Amino acid sequence: MSGILVALVGMVVFALGYRYYSKFVAEKIYRLDPNYVTPAHRYNDGVDFVPTNKFVLWGHHFTSVAGAAPILGPAIAVYWGWLPAFLWVIIGTVFAAGVHDFGTLALSVRNKGQSVGTIADKLIGNRAKLLFLFIILILVLMVNAVFAWVIANLFINYPASVLPVFIQIPLAIWIGYAAYKRKMKMLIPSIIALAIMYLTAIFASRFEFLQINLVQYMGGADGAGLFGLGAVSTAFLIWIVILMVYVYIASTLPVWKLLQPRDFINSHQLVVGLAILYLGLIFLNPEMTAPLVNENPDRNWLPLLFITIACGAISGFHGLVSSGTTSKQLDKETDARFVGYFGAVGEGILALVSIIAVATFFANTDAFLATYTSFTQANAVGLGTFVEGAAKLAEGIAIPADIARTIVSIIVVSFAATTLDTSVRLMRYIIAELGVEYNVPVITKKHVATSIAVVSSSALVLIPEGPNGFGSGGYLIWPLFGTANQLLAGISLMLIAIWLKRLGRNYAVALIPMIFLMFMTMYAMFQQVFFEWSWFGSNSNTLLFVLGAIIFVFAIWIALTAFSTLTKKYDEPLDKDN
Amino acid sequence: MLEKLKQLIAFYEEVLSMPHRQEIARELRNEDDFFLLLLYSEMIGIPNPVYYYTLELYPYMIERFHDWHLRMGMEKSPMTGIRCC
Repeated sequence: MSGILVALVGMVVFALGYRYYSKFVAEKIYRLDPNYVTPAHRYNDGVDFVPTNKFVLWGHHFTSVAGAAPILGPAIAVYWGWLPAFLWVIIGTVFAAGVHDFGTLALSVRNKGQSVGTIADKLIGNRAKLLFLFIILILVLMVNAVFAWVIANLFINYPASVLPVFIQIPLAIWIGYAAYKRKMKMLIPSIIALAIMYLTAIFASRFEFLQINLVQYMGGADGAGLFGLGAVSTAFLIWIVILMVYVYIASTLPVWKLLQPRDFINSHQLVVGLAILYLGLIFLNPEMTAPLVNENPDRNWLPLLFITIACGAISGFHGLVSSGTTSKQLDKETDARFVGYFGAVGEGILALVSIIAVATFFANTDAFLATYTSFTQANAVGLGTFVEGAAKLAEGIAIPADIARTIVSIIVVSFAATTLDTSVRLMRYIIAELGVEYNVPVITKKHVATSIAVVSSSALVLIPEGPNGFGSGGYLIWPLFGTANQLLAGISLMLIAIWLKRLGRNYAVALIPMIFLMFMTMYAMFQQVFFEWSWFGSNSNTLLFVLGAIIFVFAIWIALTAFSTLTKKYDEPLDKDN
Repeated sequence: MLEKLKQLIAFYEEVLSMPHRQEIARELRNEDDFFLLLLYSEMIGIPNPVYYYTLELYPYMIERFHDWHLRMGMEKSPMTGIRCC
C-alpha cells in the first residue's frame, strides 16, 4: 500500500473528526458560548491572563505538546504491524485525545482558568489533588529517565549530531539575551541560530573529526571502558552524567535564559521536520513494507498497544498544558474547539508520519521482521528505525542520507532535551509542593528539590537490568511512561465527566474513553507487574515492580473514586459559572 | 501574495514571542511588586520614613493594590488604613 494513501486516509479521518465530531461536542455537550467572559478577559493582568488570537494560541499550544514522545511510541508500536498503530492513532485522536484536550480546556475556562489539579481538589477533594501530584511525579520521573536514555542513545549512534546539539545551547542563550535585554525581535535571530546548527550538522556529517564518538575513543564497541564496563556502556554512563549535570543547571536557570529561546529554535525544527517528512513522502511515494498485521508477535497487542502509543493517540500531559497555560489565554470560549481539538489533531499528524517513516523504511516484510523480532527488540530499535526511515523520506527532496540522518537525530534530541528540561523543572515544583503539603520544609528548597529530581531520574535510567546492558533502563520504563500518561488522561476525563454530569449533560463522550483507558491501563499493569516484574515473574525487577504496583493501585483508586462520584446524587446541579 | 506572506510571518513571529512576552511581563510585575513592598514596608516591620507621602498615591493605586495583595497571597488588605476589600 502506498504511504501517501495511508497519510491521506489519516488526514481525511482527522478532518471529518474535526468537522463533525468536535462540532457536535462543542455545541451539544460542552455548549460553548461565544458571549461567555473567559478568564483571559475577566482576570486580564497582561501576564498570565491575556486574550490571544486563536491561531496564535493554537501555535503555542501545539509546540508545547508536540515532542519526542509521539515519534517514539508509534515507532515502537509498528511492531504489531502498521495497521493497529494507525487505527489507534486516528481513532484515539478523534474520539479520545480530541475530547480530552478540548474538554480540559473548556473545563478550565469555566473554572477561572484553574489547572486540572486544583479542579480535582474542588470536584473530588484534597486526596484527589495529592493523588494527582503523585501521578504527575511518577510521570515526570519516567520522562526524565526515558528521554535521558533517548538522547544518550542518539549521541552514541549518530555522533555527528553531538556538536550541533551542543552549539544550540550558546545560541539559545544569545537569543534569550538579545530578546530580553536588547528587545530584539526573535524571528531573525532564531532562524540564524537554526541555520548555524544545520550548517554544523552538514560539516559534522562529512568530517569525522567533528563527530564526538565516545565509543570510538575507547577503541570501538569491543573496547574496554571505565569501571570494568564495556565501551558502549561507559559511553552511556558518561552521556547520562553530562545530561544530568546539564539539566540540573538548565532547570534552575530563569526560563527566559535558556529554555524559552531553545523552544523558539525547536518550533522552527518542528515546522522544518514536518515539512521535510511530508514533502519527502509526496515526492517519493514509498510503499508500506512493514506487515499490515504482525502474525506472530511474542507479546499480544492487547493491552500493550494502548500504552505504547500514549502521545499521538491520547496523552494526559496535554491536559496539563490545556488547563495550565492555554485556558488562561483563550479569547472566546468557542475558540476552545479549534485550539484544543485541533491541537490534538496536530499531535496525531506527527504520530502518523512516524508510523509511515518506520513502515516504509524496510526493503520488504522479511527485512522488517528480521529487525523487529520481539517486543523488547522493538523497544530497542524503534527510535533508530524512525531516524533511518525519516532520513529515507528526506532523500525524496534531495537531502543526502548521512546529512538527513544527522538532522533528524538533532530534531529528536532537541525535542527530548526541552522535554527533559521542562520535566525536571516540573518535578522540582511538585517535590516542593509535596514538601509544603506534608510539612517537610527542607525539600521545598530549589537546589534540594532539583537534586532529588536529578538523582532519582539518574538512578532509574541507570538500572543495571536494562535489556541492552548498562544505561538502557529507558527501554524498560517506556510501558510505565505510557501507563502513567494514560492514567493522568483518565483522571482528567473523569473530571470532565463529573463536571458534565453535574451540569446535567450527556457525559458519555468523556466516560467511554475514560473507561477504555482505565481498563487498558489496569490490564497492562496487572500483566506486567505480576507476571513479569514480580519476584516470581519472568523478568523479576524490584524497582519496576514497585513503580508498576504504585501505578496499579492508583488506577484502582481512581476507578473507585470515579464510580462513587459518578453514582452520587447531587441535590442541586453545579452552578454554570463555578 | 506578498501581503499574505507578510501576514504569515507576522503570525509566526507572534506564536514564537508569546511565551517570551509573558515572561518579560512577569519579571516587570515582580519588580513592581517589590517596589510596592518598599513603599509600604511597615507591613513587614521596616519603618518607612515616606509613609505619609505614599499615602497620597492611595486614590491612584487602590485597584492595583488590591490585585497586588491577592497575588502576595493575602485574602484581605494587610493594611488597616487601606480598605480595598
